[in-house]
Amino acid sequence: MAIGRKEVEHIATLARLSLGEEEKARLEKDLNAILGYVEKLSALDTKGVEPTSHTLEITNAFREDVLKPFEKGEKILGNAPAKRETFFQVPPIAEDVSST
Amino acid sequence: MSLPAYHTVRDLSRALQDGAVSSTEITREYLDRIDRLDSQVKAYLYVDPDGAMAMAREADTLIRKGEASPLTGVPIGIKDVICIEGIPNTCGSKILQNYVPPYSATVIEKLKSEHVVFLGKLNMDEFAMGSSTENSRFQVTRNPWDLERIPGGSSGGSAAAVAAALSPAALGTDTGGSIRQPAALCGIVGLKPTYGRVSRFGLVAFASSLDQIGPMTRSVWDAAMLLNVIAGHDPKDSTSMPREVPDYTEGLEEGVKGMRIGIPDEYFIEGIDPEVEKAVRDAIEALKDGGAEVVRLSLPHTEYAIATYYIIATAEASSNLARYDGVRYGYREASAKALKEMYEKTRSEGFGTEVKRRIMLGTYVLSAGYYEAYYRKAQQVRTLIRRDFAEAFEKCDVIMTPTTPTPAFRVGEKTDDPLQMYLSDIFTISANLAGLPGISVPCGWTQAGLPIGVQFLGATFSEPIVLRAAYSFEKRFPFADRYPDLVAR
Repeated sequence: MAIGRKEVEHIATLARLSLGEEEKARLEKDLNAILGYVEKLSALDTKGVEPTSHTLEITNAFREDVLKPFEKGEKILGNAPAKRETFFQVPPIAEDVSST
Repeated sequence: MSLPAYHTVRDLSRALQDGAVSSTEITREYLDRIDRLDSQVKAYLYVDPDGAMAMAREADTLIRKGEASPLTGVPIGIKDVICIEGIPNTCGSKILQNYVPPYSATVIEKLKSEHVVFLGKLNMDEFAMGSSTENSRFQVTRNPWDLERIPGGSSGGSAAAVAAALSPAALGTDTGGSIRQPAALCGIVGLKPTYGRVSRFGLVAFASSLDQIGPMTRSVWDAAMLLNVIAGHDPKDSTSMPREVPDYTEGLEEGVKGMRIGIPDEYFIEGIDPEVEKAVRDAIEALKDGGAEVVRLSLPHTEYAIATYYIIATAEASSNLARYDGVRYGYREASAKALKEMYEKTRSEGFGTEVKRRIMLGTYVLSAGYYEAYYRKAQQVRTLIRRDFAEAFEKCDVIMTPTTPTPAFRVGEKTDDPLQMYLSDIFTISANLAGLPGISVPCGWTQAGLPIGVQFLGATFSEPIVLRAAYSFEKRFPFADRYPDLVAR
């Protein structure tokens, strides 16, 4: 299943990455090489084999829902690239707002 | 300046308890050696001399009062992917370069309550994605045995620091071999515990069904001492097992008489370095001499492990790394005028080449139309790999293999070929897919002076057996007093 430039661009959009032309070309080449390699899995008959999502012998881990106040809120905000009062600040969400 | 007076955590711990040396003296010794050597090795991303000395003074007070535990006052380095409150945590990435965690990982809290001394944070491949530590955005760590070579990865900073006596021990993380492979290439011990044995709260996630924290040390005993402290259930990590923690140092001396050691055919393949093969075969003979029974066996799906891994690990990574959006912490590309543009520019500039490659691959294998062919298929093959091991452990107690197919390669040798780089993890990846404990122990040095590691794998939660086999081998081949030339110079 070879992937072309259009697919690279589509995946980049899904992954929220903006790539330069050189980067796209490199990724197209690398992804095809890696996908070519993982193609070997298709040689295996896995009909009826249960998938493994993790190896733990537990399915759910429940605990009481108890409130534990976190006292260092200012330290969390201190890591924000931009903030106003007690909010994280971001550029406008709607793209047309930025041009007005 | 001379070699360390105490080669292992075990010896150092005794000396501290006996008052033969103080934690402040030892901590100063390691800080001085970092000052002298780390400009060459480049193991540390962050050194905290003031914090370390303050912790050492506190430890000395406790030792004087007789309130110490075995690790009190012992200095340790931490891979820069495990959060310590108030100390920068970068994951070797530009996207986290300004991040200062407001909390500590559970393993850090546990070590703090033993009054361990934290020397600083150790270099790694960006987000633990790599096998050489060349993917760090900040510096390339060098192998202390040959500065032209890589230390392995992704816990290359941790391995190089312990090898060059820049720390008596370190914590690393292992998703596909990232503790065991650099331990082998740097000539130290590296233990990946069973999946679920150690809490991952406060560990920055790469691939959540594979990641595990573990000790990197100069002896098997030291690894057991550290595991005693970091293992156990954590209510803050739903993937940690509620299961009793034994004393892992107990029973180490019992030897391997009657132990069944499995040797899988698929791990002695074409392309394996002859010196590596010989050293590992000699190690097997050594345990035979110790009374172990050697069982030849097959793990038929071994050749599919890397392909399986690079689908599962990248899929999980693409999801885990979606959180880096420039909003709440870390780097932000400030010129963007709208939110989506800000996300895209931030992520494109904040992540390095290998991380972007894996995010792209993971996004692709999870995307509509490809999920069944890649992701689900890989999860099914993962089941086959687990079955191989389940059958093998009916015939043996522990499996012995080379840790890596070759000794450390040269800086730059594999950076242009991601597949070649991935293939260097061929012997370590299966343990992560099956959730098994694995340990790498030095078993020789090549003619050129490069370390070789032998790997022991066990069934889930069989750390006591794995450690006992490793310890028994190490007793026949002690290496803790062996240092690269640059340490003594």
